[in-house]
Amino acid sequence: MPLQSLDIKRRSATTTESTQARTPIEVAKLIDVSTCIGCKACQVACSEWNELREEVGENIGVYDNPTDLSAQAWTVMRFSEVETAGKLEWLIRKDGCMHCADPGCLKSCPSPGAIIQYKNGIVDFNEEFCIGCGYCVTGCPFNIPRISKEDGKAYKCSLCSDRVAVGQEPACVKTCPTGAISFGSKEDMTELAARRVEDLKSRGYENAGLYDPAGVGGTHVMYVLHHADKPELYSGLRKDPSISPMVSLWKGVTKPLATLAMASVVLGSLFHYVTKGPNEVSRKVEEEIEKEDAQ
Amino acid sequence: MSQNKDAACPPVVTRRQFFKISAAGLGGTGVALLGFSPKDAHAEVRQYKLLHAKETRNTCTYCSVGCGVLMYSIGDGAFNAKSEIMHIEGDPDHPVSRGALCPKGAGLLDFVHSTSRLKYPEVREPGSSEWKRISWEEAISRVARHMKNDRDANVIEKNADGVPVNRWLSTGMLAASASSNETGILTQKFSRGMGLVAIDAQARVCHGPTVSALASSFGRGAMTNSWVDIRNADFILVMGGNAAEAHPVGFRWAIEAKKRGARLIVVDPRFNRTASVADQYVPIRAGSDIVFLGGVINWLIKNDKIQWDYVKAFTNATSIIKEGYSFDEGLFSGFNAETSKYDQSTWNYELDDKGHIKTDPSLAHPRCVWNLLKAHYARYTPEVVNDLTGSPVEGFLAVCKALGETSVPTKVGTILYALGWTQHTVGTQNIRTMAMIQLLLGNIGMPGGGVNALRGHSNIQGLSDLGLLATSLPGYLVLPNEKSHPTLQAYLTATTPKTLADGQLNYWGNTPKFFVSLMKWFWGDKATKENDWGYNWMPKWDKMYDVIHMTELMAQGKMNGLIVQGFNAAASFPDSNKVNAAFSKLKYMVIIDPLATETSTFWQNHGESNDVDPSKIQTEVFRLPSTCFAEEDGSIVNSSRWLQWHWKGAEPPGEAKSDQEILGELFVALRDLYRKEGGKVADPILNVSWAYADPKAPTPEELAKESNGKALADIPDPNDKTKFLARKGELLPGFALLQDDGSTACATWIFSGSWTQAGNQMARRDNTDVGLGNTPGWAWAWPANRRILYNRASCDVNGKPWDAKRKLIAWNGEKWAGIDVPDFKVDAAPATGMNPFIMNPEGVGRLFSCDKLVDGPFPEHYEPMESPLGTNPLHPKVVSSPAARVFKGDREKFGNHKDFPYVGTTYRLTEHFQFWTKSVRLNAIAQPQQFVEIGEVLAKEKGISQGDWVKVSSNRGFIKAKAVVTKRIMALTVNKQPLHQIGIPLHWGWIGVAKKGYLANRLTASVGDCNTQTPEYKAFLVNVEKISGV
Repeated sequence: MPLQSLDIKRRSATTTESTQARTPIEVAKLIDVSTCIGCKACQVACSEWNELREEVGENIGVYDNPTDLSAQAWTVMRFSEVETAGKLEWLIRKDGCMHCADPGCLKSCPSPGAIIQYKNGIVDFNEEFCIGCGYCVTGCPFNIPRISKEDGKAYKCSLCSDRVAVGQEPACVKTCPTGAISFGSKEDMTELAARRVEDLKSRGYENAGLYDPAGVGGTHVMYVLHHADKPELYSGLRKDPSISPMVSLWKGVTKPLATLAMASVVLGSLFHYVTKGPNEVSRKVEEEIEKEDAQ
Repeated sequence: MSQNKDAACPPVVTRRQFFKISAAGLGGTGVALLGFSPKDAHAEVRQYKLLHAKETRNTCTYCSVGCGVLMYSIGDGAFNAKSEIMHIEGDPDHPVSRGALCPKGAGLLDFVHSTSRLKYPEVREPGSSEWKRISWEEAISRVARHMKNDRDANVIEKNADGVPVNRWLSTGMLAASASSNETGILTQKFSRGMGLVAIDAQARVCHGPTVSALASSFGRGAMTNSWVDIRNADFILVMGGNAAEAHPVGFRWAIEAKKRGARLIVVDPRFNRTASVADQYVPIRAGSDIVFLGGVINWLIKNDKIQWDYVKAFTNATSIIKEGYSFDEGLFSGFNAETSKYDQSTWNYELDDKGHIKTDPSLAHPRCVWNLLKAHYARYTPEVVNDLTGSPVEGFLAVCKALGETSVPTKVGTILYALGWTQHTVGTQNIRTMAMIQLLLGNIGMPGGGVNALRGHSNIQGLSDLGLLATSLPGYLVLPNEKSHPTLQAYLTATTPKTLADGQLNYWGNTPKFFVSLMKWFWGDKATKENDWGYNWMPKWDKMYDVIHMTELMAQGKMNGLIVQGFNAAASFPDSNKVNAAFSKLKYMVIIDPLATETSTFWQNHGESNDVDPSKIQTEVFRLPSTCFAEEDGSIVNSSRWLQWHWKGAEPPGEAKSDQEILGELFVALRDLYRKEGGKVADPILNVSWAYADPKAPTPEELAKESNGKALADIPDPNDKTKFLARKGELLPGFALLQDDGSTACATWIFSGSWTQAGNQMARRDNTDVGLGNTPGWAWAWPANRRILYNRASCDVNGKPWDAKRKLIAWNGEKWAGIDVPDFKVDAAPATGMNPFIMNPEGVGRLFSCDKLVDGPFPEHYEPMESPLGTNPLHPKVVSSPAARVFKGDREKFGNHKDFPYVGTTYRLTEHFQFWTKSVRLNAIAQPQQFVEIGEVLAKEKGISQGDWVKVSSNRGFIKAKAVVTKRIMALTVNKQPLHQIGIPLHWGWIGVAKKGYLANRLTASVGDCNTQTPEYKAFLVNVEKISGV
């Protein structure tokens, strides 16, 4: 039976309507980069709560460890040393899922129900339904989802949907020592951001601003940046992110064309055509389908 | 589909991509089209796991912020469920941490379940290369036998003058600064009862200088304000520390201050994580802080940024100093070059007939402190500062101006510092300089002000309070010295100061009450007036056996045993190679620890990390597994003096026992041996009071109550003879009731009030903010639940707050009252002229510290023992501190700037805690491998690139590590020469789940702060070279 403490807005590859009656509060996480010390408490708390343990890696000449996101590391701090107008800045950005209002991962996901967007704004992966095709990786404008080496499925930050569902804040938010990460309604977070931007402007950061990019319909993880005019300074945060043209193309033009072209193709073979999905995953999906059939 | 700017470029899609997109998309959609919509698409993919898990409240075991944690264990507490801890997160009720935890705290779960946790008693037999599991019975009886044999052979009953000294020097003990106060106080009784004088704790290697500097300035050696109070500052200076990195959750209150408009400046050898959120960063050469701060004093005086009303009333600026005091060519008056010691007799006040200090309120007298101060720092001009520190003049002036702005009563500045100031041969004087600045600015006693020493370990404040240091006793009483204190009378006379000003409250005047009550705790009924309360049984010291001295004695083969309780000495002591050789000469070593450490495995070969031959090491090593924080009840003291009680959440792994049980069993076994066999100087062991319900396992509650103290007889009310302040057997409400006639027993007078007839005050959890972020109902703070020390000084001479917005207490016409407990005699009207610093017999803060410190009454810049300049431009004849104690062999190992041209400095990273968290997987993941930080200019010169392997060497040893090449360590110009610094994080070794590395202390010099022997880890000389892969 579905657990309806979080209402679903939409599901990947699903045409059936989601419930529409309830209108829960839209939530957001605000990351104030200007008060982030890059301590990695959020990284550790995330892994602790979600029971993830990346391998113990190596130092590669910078503070970044783990060096990238993975199925075992859903958020990482990215450090960049930047000199602007002779002044050194150590810009540290917590990287992870942005929980887009218009999620490229969900749109590109071919597996029904593997990616869910709740009405509160959280975009969640349900690995039970993931076929490991990697399309969410392609579809994500922020390069966030990662395929697990263990089970071939895609993983990313869930914004601690299990905690949010019972009224708690995400683990990273709670643990943040300096209060650089906040959580609340999107409206409140936007207002808080405005106050932070005002403070930064009073300290000489003329281009301080909120990062809530319109290209993906806005996000439910937002940044306060001292240099909002140059988000690339923060380890390559995209200036104007948008969903990959390939996803747009699929949803726009190709879908009907392809539907026509492939109408007669046997369903099973489609899965084998998916280059990144291993056969066994496909089999698993088929079994799921058979199970559904049997009901 | 949303429109975006990328859409302006026509998407380039190949045929192959088109086909892939279509196929995959259709595949999924096809399923849905055909009716396969996921009926079981659960909302919240994962269900909440804590719904009925048992929740236990505890305090983080790492640093001294003392964050609250909630531990969740499997099962709901039912009898049949074994309480395995499965998740730990922050306690949102905690007034400091408010639910937050740093990466160490957030990873506590992996500490509790670390693969390095010890489970069974083990022994490593002499010459063996492996551990052997043994029973507790065997472990305790073998250790007791070793101790008895060594003590019988070596304890000194009387010295040459016939003074009973009960001194057992051939075995030493190290106490654990993450253990509870209850373990700590039992350790005090255990060790002094045996006659141990070579006993020390981590405070020796970290904040020793804080105690000496702050006590010699203000009267108490502790952080003056509290964590949350930092938010009340207008200006925050972070220097000599890296609060964001070492105390991330405490640092939140600096960020909160910033959000309220405060400015934050960081002065540090490297642009660190604190600097990343500061308004300004100013680089400095490690080891030149007194030049910088002395320059600030000079600037404040020259620019008249002095809070005059405060300085004249509440400091010793007006006091007249004895004739004969001088400072010339780098030396204060009274120096003896042969002994490297000062005769401090001229460094004191001129007294009148009544024994009171002569003053000159007009400040005209040439020998009044103000004029001496002005003259002393006139040499520290901005140009000199720039030349010796390498700090740019504009950066230096920015700090001066920001501090200077707080000289008005309505602006307050604070300082956050830690080991960046303490770990120098001039460590105490670094801190003294800042203490003087804060007095000049009127920032002591003020909310948002103070000198905030950020202590390192979770209970190092507690262990300092409990006197677990070579020459200390609980409550900052001193351990009797054989020369100065041969008798009780001599002790009390020497340690009870006389009042130096009219009508001044001189709290140390109560020393006899504190000391006699302590004796009654040590010796119980055996302490009588007739036997001077057992004074003769107390061990008496001749020299200070700090960790550097202990290592020297071990290296010379003069010590046989070492008991190491939760202290990774092999990693923490200077010159690790010497330390290892010293341990190898011991007959026996006893480790009590929850974790495997480098100390317990010093005899194991770990390749280049520890290249030893076990067969040649004859030390018998016992390793006894102990509980960790999560598995015990007890209290620990955070940096702002809060005693917070914590609760046990699970059973320890394997056969691990609490420290209290281990000490209890060991003590009982030893006492039984003395009862059965007799032995040398048996009386103290037979007479020490060990009246616990189970002598083999004293409980935290029993011990906490002993620290608080109780009435041994009815205590009459002196104002009303028909009444009693306490009845016989009752717990005391506070230290004011302590008596010097043997009618009270109290282990730790400053903790009196922590567990009263009203219950355990340390367990209080009322987090109500009564104003200015003060939460007096949360836990309990020593002394007397005061949250901001010297708070009388937050008011002017008339008892009116200097700043109405910062009203802590005020004189209301009858008494002092407000939102904090007055640090003052509550009914002493302002008109009495009583001054705020009640722990100083003169009642005022000391700009001139008189004879309290061994190396001078004013701080002076001396180069580190290993100076990168090879000279001291201020006085070339006296380069480094003349009062430093250096052992011959250690001096021979000092390197010079020609062979080792770069300044090395060690420090912590936020991802790790000392040498523990390399055994904690979550932290090992976050920062897996040893590295050093090298500036871009030097890296280029040396051909070192990002991520290369490098070898860093000093004249004592080397480490190999990865190179982090960074803009954040800038090349400086010092004494007109280029100067490079190399940053050396200290967290690695050969034990744990992080990548194997080297003890950073292989590089450091075995020399300490002149006053406290805290090692000089923050400035020493190294070289660096690129090496090929390791």
